[in-house]
Amino acid sequence: MSEDTIYFLWDCLQYLINGISQGSLYALVALGYTMVYGIIRLVNFAHGEFLMIGAMCGYYVLKANLPMPIAILAAMLSAGTIAVIVERLVYRPIRKSGRVPALITAIGTSLFFEYSGQLVFGADPKTIPPFIAEKIYNFGDVNVSNIQLAIFAITIFVLLFLWWLTHFTKIGKAMRATSFNLQAAELMGINTNKIISFTFFLGASIAGLGGMLMGYTMSIEPLMGLNLGIKAFVAAVVGGIGVIPGAALGGFIIGIAENMVAGLYKSSYRDGVSFFILILILLLKPSGILGKNVKEKV
Amino acid sequence: MDYYLQILLIVGIFITLTLSLNLINGYCGQFSLGHAGFWGAGAYASAIYSSFYALPVSTPINMAIACLVGFLAAALCGIIIGVPCLRLKGDYLAIATLGFGEIVRIIIMNTELVGGPRGFINIPHWANIYWIYAVALVVIVFMINLKRSTYGRAIISIREDEIAAENMGVNLFRYKLFSFIVGAGIAGVAGALFAHTQQFLHPSNFNFMWSVIILVMVILGGQGSVTGSVIGAIVLTIFPEVLRFIGGHASDWRMPIYSVLLIVLMLARPQGIFGAHEFSLSKGRKS
Repeated sequence: MSEDTIYFLWDCLQYLINGISQGSLYALVALGYTMVYGIIRLVNFAHGEFLMIGAMCGYYVLKANLPMPIAILAAMLSAGTIAVIVERLVYRPIRKSGRVPALITAIGTSLFFEYSGQLVFGADPKTIPPFIAEKIYNFGDVNVSNIQLAIFAITIFVLLFLWWLTHFTKIGKAMRATSFNLQAAELMGINTNKIISFTFFLGASIAGLGGMLMGYTMSIEPLMGLNLGIKAFVAAVVGGIGVIPGAALGGFIIGIAENMVAGLYKSSYRDGVSFFILILILLLKPSGILGKNVKEKV
Repeated sequence: MDYYLQILLIVGIFITLTLSLNLINGYCGQFSLGHAGFWGAGAYASAIYSSFYALPVSTPINMAIACLVGFLAAALCGIIIGVPCLRLKGDYLAIATLGFGEIVRIIIMNTELVGGPRGFINIPHWANIYWIYAVALVVIVFMINLKRSTYGRAIISIREDEIAAENMGVNLFRYKLFSFIVGAGIAGVAGALFAHTQQFLHPSNFNFMWSVIILVMVILGGQGSVTGSVIGAIVLTIFPEVLRFIGGHASDWRMPIYSVLLIVLMLARPQGIFGAHEFSLSKGRKS
């Protein structure tokens, strides 16, 4: 191999590692999308805004000189609480009106939080310090930071936690039953309203966690939720919406593809590649990579 | 005075845009979230024509050609996105069109010929308010007539029940593609008018948020209703400006107020102001 080829491969490996780290963050946000969609078939456009609110709360807790773990906890709890309130006040009454009004309501909620966020928090970008002191390890020509490793480890931990929750606890089984068939679950004595609230809380608090971890790569601002939310949603659809491992897989795919394109071709196409993958997946397998095919009945 | 004229121009363009999306979303029931992409494609294509390839003919004829270029460019985009994506349904179609709209914007951002992220400047000032309202009027008449024609009834039957429509011999693909291409093309004409009145285009004019705003105008007015679309476009363009005039806190909070009103309206009347009906002076007549 010539020297150029070897450098090229090292570069690719570096982009792959950066991509996995960024993909982990997308996966954390996509999990909330996919859980909510799985249970009430609602594309929750306000999910990115829950993340923004969590990150903002974490920022102010850190500003009050409290330690990082408390800030992360505050971010998760605030995002989760806001999500439950929104579900109770807005999404629950609209649920019976059909999917299009629900979607419009979700978009309205998203707009509300974006613009109120600009007035309440100010439009200036804020920075969250990394959650642990950064250390960079070198393997040959590739740099890996301990933060990247920690983000990946946290994502895997969250995934394992969700797998345990949905398969081995009572509330998790109720969640799966509700997402399988809401009416039947209700007839079996499951309090579906409570389960839906819990799903919103869980998804949004994971998004809040993702928001805090993001301080490493980007600054936080009130409009961050829109773009991030759309990308996470794309990740959820690519992996197969409604399927929890699918969201993680989609997140990794989008993260890696973005970093590869930005590094090897042109960084201005970074946002385009995720949509390109999305359309490709929708054409080849509309239910997503890990999604189940649902037959249409008359 | 310029300020009021500007609002009137924008209202007219949004009436055309809302009606064109109403064809796809309201008549045919295909959920599209990428309408700003068609609008942008038409705007940029017509601006390329007028800035670089303008023919030596009088301005009105040139403007008509620019509108035609906008129509063809956007309709071509409609074919490119429609042929593969129209077998998708509901949420999935919405996401695919969303992705398409963003791809159009990103391609524009990366094209040096049209200024890329700096925007497209010095577009000739060919159109004026008469152009905009003449086009809006033509589109209104076209939509009302389409609704009562064979084509229109076939398209509406797809919205009501795809399987039943197919069983009655309606060629689903053909009618869906027809509404997609015509809807996209009319959005392209709106884009051409926008480019030649504003004389400046920027990729952020055509991002996802604008697709949503056009969609909200359709839904608020009532899906499938021509009068509803017109009123939705007028109300939602003027309302934020009225809040700006009230001043003080209302001015600062106009976007949150706007979104709260949207949510409240959806909760109170999910089918939109007019539902699928038309406003007409002779009561009891439905079209």
